[in-house]
Parts: sequence; structure tokens; C-alpha cells
Amino acid sequence: MNHIDLHMVDWARAQFALTAMYHWIFVPLTLGLSFLCAFFESIYVRTGNDEWKRIAKFWMTLFGINFAIGIATGIILEFEFGTNWSNYSWMVGDIFGAPLAVEGIVAFFLEATFFAVMFFGWNRVSKRFHLFSTWMVAIGSNLSALWILVANSWMQHPVGMVFNPNTARFEMKNFWEVLFSPVAISKFTHTTSSGFIVSALFIVMISSWYLLKKKHVEMAKKSIIVAAVFGLLACVYAGLTGDESAFVDARTQPMKLASYEGLYNGTSRADLVAFGILRQDKSPKDDRDPFLFNVRIPGLLSLLATRDRNGFVPGIKDLVYGNDQQKVVGVVTKMERGKAAVADLAAFKNARKAGDEKAAAEALQKFNVNKEYLGYGYFDKPEQSIPPVNLTFYSFHFMVIFGCLFTFYFLILLIIAYKDTLERNGWILRLGIGFFFIGMLAAQAGWIVAEVGRQPWVIQNYLPTWIGTTNIAAGNVQATFFMFLGVFTLLLLAEVKIMLKQIKIGPEEV
Amino acid sequence: MIGNLEYSTLQQIWWILASVVGSLFLFLNFVQGGQTLLWQVAKDDIEKSLVINSLGTKWELTFTTLVLFGGALFAAFPKFYSTSFGGAYWVWILILFTFIVQAVSYEYRKKPNNLLGASVYEAFLFINGSVGILLIGAAVGTFFTGSNFTLNDYNQVAWTHPLMGVEAAFSLFNLSLGLFLVFNARVLGAMYLVNNIDFSGKAGFETRLRKACLMNLIYALPFLLYVLVSLLVMDGFGFDKNGVVSMVPHKYLQNLLAMPQVLGLLLVGLVLVVWGVFITGIKKSDKGIWFGGLGTVLVGLAVFFTAGFNNTPFYPSKVDLQSSLTIYNASSTHYTLTVMTYVALVIPLVLAYIAWVWKQMNAKKLTVDDVTGDKAY
Repeated sequence: MNHIDLHMVDWARAQFALTAMYHWIFVPLTLGLSFLCAFFESIYVRTGNDEWKRIAKFWMTLFGINFAIGIATGIILEFEFGTNWSNYSWMVGDIFGAPLAVEGIVAFFLEATFFAVMFFGWNRVSKRFHLFSTWMVAIGSNLSALWILVANSWMQHPVGMVFNPNTARFEMKNFWEVLFSPVAISKFTHTTSSGFIVSALFIVMISSWYLLKKKHVEMAKKSIIVAAVFGLLACVYAGLTGDESAFVDARTQPMKLASYEGLYNGTSRADLVAFGILRQDKSPKDDRDPFLFNVRIPGLLSLLATRDRNGFVPGIKDLVYGNDQQKVVGVVTKMERGKAAVADLAAFKNARKAGDEKAAAEALQKFNVNKEYLGYGYFDKPEQSIPPVNLTFYSFHFMVIFGCLFTFYFLILLIIAYKDTLERNGWILRLGIGFFFIGMLAAQAGWIVAEVGRQPWVIQNYLPTWIGTTNIAAGNVQATFFMFLGVFTLLLLAEVKIMLKQIKIGPEEV
Repeated sequence: MIGNLEYSTLQQIWWILASVVGSLFLFLNFVQGGQTLLWQVAKDDIEKSLVINSLGTKWELTFTTLVLFGGALFAAFPKFYSTSFGGAYWVWILILFTFIVQAVSYEYRKKPNNLLGASVYEAFLFINGSVGILLIGAAVGTFFTGSNFTLNDYNQVAWTHPLMGVEAAFSLFNLSLGLFLVFNARVLGAMYLVNNIDFSGKAGFETRLRKACLMNLIYALPFLLYVLVSLLVMDGFGFDKNGVVSMVPHKYLQNLLAMPQVLGLLLVGLVLVVWGVFITGIKKSDKGIWFGGLGTVLVGLAVFFTAGFNNTPFYPSKVDLQSSLTIYNASSTHYTLTVMTYVALVIPLVLAYIAWVWKQMNAKKLTVDDVTGDKAY
């Protein structure tokens, strides 16, 4: 593991960010629109009113256009762990591969099989079976999200496993711990809720445009009501699950929490920064205020992170250099123990190779003392353990601020729609058009918090990102980066053009 | 219960499961075969629409099966996943690209304002059915001809050929296997379309499809024969009870003789495919796909079993024999295989609902009226 091409790591990360973010343009819509289509169709089947069938079919058309490109951008992610992160795949494949396989078996086939019925079955199967199929697509889509998020959560909070020095890999010990890890639960619920919000905003956007243009007025109004109810519930749900996520982060990834809160010096009764501008030349070593300007809510961070107003929340400085008073072990200490573990592992391997079982057993015993800190042994300096604070902090605050705003927006929209005065309130319709794009950005920002905030780890505390890559020249990854950029951009342009045209055409007459 | 099984039994179960998924993928390649037939058998827009709409309800099954194949190998044989995808980098990337462009093509081809125009999306489908399948065949061929990689003490892969996987396509054996799969996919594609389309008023279209079924079997034969004869005479990779890999003369012939069931699968499979073609091309039956499909699955199983069982490394390295991957040294732990085997118990249920939906959707053949409506692709 000595020849690490840092250039290669950067390109591999860039490629993962590119492909995952492209995929994440389409996935939130799949997660939420599938349910919204199921709601519309359920209303149709219950009422027998053809207007609802027309509404359901219209949104399904847009769902289908989005779904296709979601699949196109998704397949590469299943294989990219192998192509660019081959060492990662070997070291954690025993655990990480399982949820991906389960995803294929229990979720993808539900989507694939019933999608065909949803789109081609209107005249081939009964009304009820068609409705059942639409629900299966919604459930299948969200189930696939569950499994990939379980896999991702395990990277954030590796549980249910041990390191096997013989094979030099991590091996699964308890599947239930992996599946029901608190991070997995909060991540699944929070991520799907963001998809529901974005989808509700999508329907509100298009319906608002119709209302402003005075086209398809009845459909637009009906759609807005369903979408606003769904969006409002999803916002409340996102708030609760987001709160839970932060609480879990405080226990599992305190460095991530400190970064997205901009907290350098840990304290009891820590304030929550509602909004702030970070000082760019701040170093964890100095004691300057990290903010040039900020708005704080006293004591709230301690309450959120520890469920206790007086709880201590460690800052970046405590986590890097340690804080004896609060019993925070710093990265400096962890590095020393990690270096010992790396050396003992190499000694174990060499002794084994030489056939010296006694020396191997001794090395293994020494290794076991420090194995928890193995990952820290690959650090050169303790400050490497700090994720990019700016990006994490601003992404987090963007997400939270707009998440809160959307809650009020859906509430007001619902009241106005209920009073049937949408057309007289053009401002709320115009806001609706812009909010969809902000919602998309907020959803992406959420992933930036999760993934950039996890750096420098690919497996928190165990495997630094640069250890996980494939042993190939950076040029290969660079080339495929631009290939993906080119193809995905082309397909995105096609998708947007087709989508706009279908919106212009509007629902078909029944 | 499953947890009490021997480690080696679980490893064998997972090689069988991976083989089943891989073989089903080869059957479902009728979608890719139909895609490459499009420009030959469909002479007007309506015929094209019939082909696209018929395949359009099934392409996702094929696609999903490929994804599952990747996922299952990752979970059960992670060392294969990390070695092959990280090492044979470019061959996999090229295969994936053909599936990326396939995924949008059905939905976008006929949509107004689709930026690229229908013919580009049709070209995407053709590339997927030709280049994509050819390269998959070449990659599977390396199970027998070996690859160029070494693994270090930490099981990190280093690929020793500058083409990084694409060199697989320059072996006559691998290339022949790839071309056989391409033509076999076309045979299956023709059978499936004959089964699914109502040819009322489209007699010429039907004739072209039935003829394509027959002709593509004839095109496939030389490649099939070359692969089979090579397999019987070539030296192969084998390992002894200490796991030491060496070259063994006539290894794959030995495997077939040592495992007569596998030889049986191969022969019955080939007969079924030929029978399917016979009743489609000559007898004017529309049931050929069931024989051709089952036959392809059996042949696929025989290929994968020959590659992985009877002390044979399924992913051999020809530059460093001891780096070769066997189902025993490349697998997940006993625990993970146990968990995955429990999960695999739902596979019959999955197959059942797929079959049920297939029956519902294909009960009525696809008519011209179906493809001229608004919901058509």
C-alpha cells in the first residue's frame, strides 16, 4: 500500500461525485413521483372519475422520462466501486457487497417488472392490477433506496464487522447490526423524505406554470393540492429525521457535526449557528472566532446533539488535539496507535510469509491492541482528519434553511389552494417555479454534507479515502470522467428537452 | 440451518446461483438480439414500432439481471469483483457505456423534441446489442483463456496488459464466444418477436423474422464450433488440493468427462436451441423462444460450471498462475454467504412474479393498433 497516486484519488473522487450527483438529479423524482402517481391513480380507481386518470397518466409520462435516465446514470454506480475503488471493494466487499446484491434481488426487479405494466398495461391488465403495479414501482424504488443507503450508512458508521489480518479485509459478523444501524435508519428516512419534497415541488412547479398560463386549470389545481399535502408531510418528516441524523452524527461522526456547525472549540451549552460567514484563514490551532458574522441560537446545538442543554459538544480542535478534561481522545494520539497497528500488521504478514508462526502470533497480539486505530496510521499529520469545513458548513445551512422555508411554503400553498384563490396569488405560483430548482440544490447539498463531511474517510475511522482506490494510472480515470461528463450531459439535455415538450403538450384528452 | 452448511458447500451454491443469474442474462439477451435485428427485419415505421414496443416491455429485465449479476458477484466473490472491474477496466467501462445509452433509448426514441433524433437512439440500441454483447462474450471467454493480472499480499490487483481488459477481444477464442453470443441473441430475438407480435396484414415482416432466426443460427455455427472444439483440445487451468494452480492438458474436456451432468446440460441445451430454431424457421410455430431460451440457459450453466467447478480457477491469471481466482479463494466469508443464501430464498418468489406479469402482459399479442396509440414507444 505504499504507492499511492494522489492524482488518481482526486480523479476517482471527482468521478464518483460527478456520477452520483448526476444520478441524484433523477432519483429524488423517482422516489417521490412514484408515490404521487400511485396517489393519483388510487383516487381514480376509488372515484372512477376519468379526470384523475388523465392526471395520473400525465404525471406518469413525466415520471417515465425521468425514470429512464435515472436507470442510465445508475448502472455505473453499481460497478464504479470495482473500477475506481478496487482496493476498497476487496477490503470491505464482504460487508458492502451484500446490500447491493439484496437491492438487486428484492428491489430492482420489482421496479423493472411492474414498470412495464404501469406503462403498457392500461389495456392489457385489470384496473386493480394496474394500480397494484403502480404501487409496486413506488415501493420497489424506495426499497432500492433503502439498500443502497444501508450500504452508505455502513461507510459512515461501520458496525457488525471485524478486521481479519489474514485476508487483510473487514468481514461481516452481524447483518442485523448493519441493517438496523441507527445511521441507516436516519439516513433512509431523511433521504427519502428529501426525494418526496423535491417531487412535490416538481408537481407544484409545473402546475403553477399551467395556472399562470391559464392552461389545464382543473388538473393543475387538483395536482397542487395532492402535492402540497404530500410536500408538507414530507417536510415535517424531513425535519424530524434530520434532527435524528444530527443526533446520530454527534455520537458516530463528531468531526462531521463540528464541521457543518463550524464549531472549532467544544463547549457545553453550545449555540446553534442559524446562519454565518466563515473566516477563511481560520486554523484549528488559533483561538480566533471562526465566524466573521453569525446569528446564534443559545444552547440549541447542545440540546440537538446531546438532548441536553448543558451537554458538551466537541469542536474540531478538541477532536484533533484531544481534550483531557472532557475525555476526548485526539487524532494525535490515535495516529500514534494507528502507526503501531500498521507496522504490526506488516510484521504479521511478513512473519506469516516466512513461516515464522511464533513471530506472527506475537505481531498479531500487538496488532490487536491498536487495531481500532488502524486507519489513523495512514495519516501524515493530524489536521488531515478535518473535512473541508467551508463546503460542509454552507451546504448544510443551505439545506436546512430552505428545508424550513419549504415547510411554510407548502402550508401557505395549501391554505390558498383550499380557499381556491391560487390564480389571484400569482406570487406563490411564481415562487413555486423557482423553488423546485432550489429544492434540487438543497437535496444535492444534503449529499455534500454526508459525503464531503465524511472525508478523509471512505470507511469512517478505518479506511482513509486514498487507500481505497484502484492501482491504475490516473489518466484512465480522467478519460472516463470526461466520457461520463459528455454522455450524461448529452442525455440530460435530451431529457430536459423532451420533458419541456411534454409539459407544453400537457395531459392527453380522455 | 443454512449456517450449518460447510463453507465449501456455500461457495459452490453461490457459484451455481451466479451461474443461474448469468445464464438467465444470456437468455434475456433476446432483447439485445432484437435490437440488432431492427434495421434488417423492420421495413417501415410501424414494423419498427412493433419491434421496439415488444422489446420495450422486457428490456429492463435484462438490464436488471446484469446489475444483479454484478451485485451478486460483489457480495459472494468480492475478490473477483475487485480484481476484474479494477483490472480489466476498459472492457467493463465499454460494456457499461453500451448499457447506459440503451437505457434511455426506448423511452426517448419517439418522443418529440428528443435532441438526437430516432435514428441515433436506434444506433444506441444496435451498439448495445452488438458491441455490448460481443465484449461480454469476450470477458466470459477469459474465464477459460486467462487474464493478465497479479495480486499482491494485500490482494490489490495490478493489470499487466496496457489495453486493460480490451485485449480479451483479440483472442480468437474469446472473440468467437462473443460473436456466438451476438448471433445467438439474434436467434432468440427473432423467436421472441415471432412469439409476441400479431402479424395480421404483416406477412412479409413475419417471413423476414422467421428467416432471420434460421440464418442467424447458421452464422452462429462456425463460432460455436470453434469454441467447442477449442474447449475440448485446449490446455486449461487447474488447482490441486493445496490450492496451487497449474496448467493442465485438456482441462476442460476433463471437466466435462468428470461432470457428465454438465456435459448433459451442454448437449441438451444445444439441441433445444436448434429445435427452437427449427420450429420457428421451418414449422411456423411461435413457441420457439421457450426452447431456445431454456436451451440457452442450459448452455450458459454448462459454460459457467465448466469454468468454476472440478478444481478449476474460474478467473485464471495467465501471467501469474498463483494469483488466479477460485470459488474458494475469492469468496466472502461463511457468515456473509449464509446471510446471502437466506436472502436468495426469495429468488423463486421473484421469478414467480416476473413469470406471472409476463403472462399477463403477453397474453394478447402486440398489434398494430397497440403501437399507434399515445402510450407507445
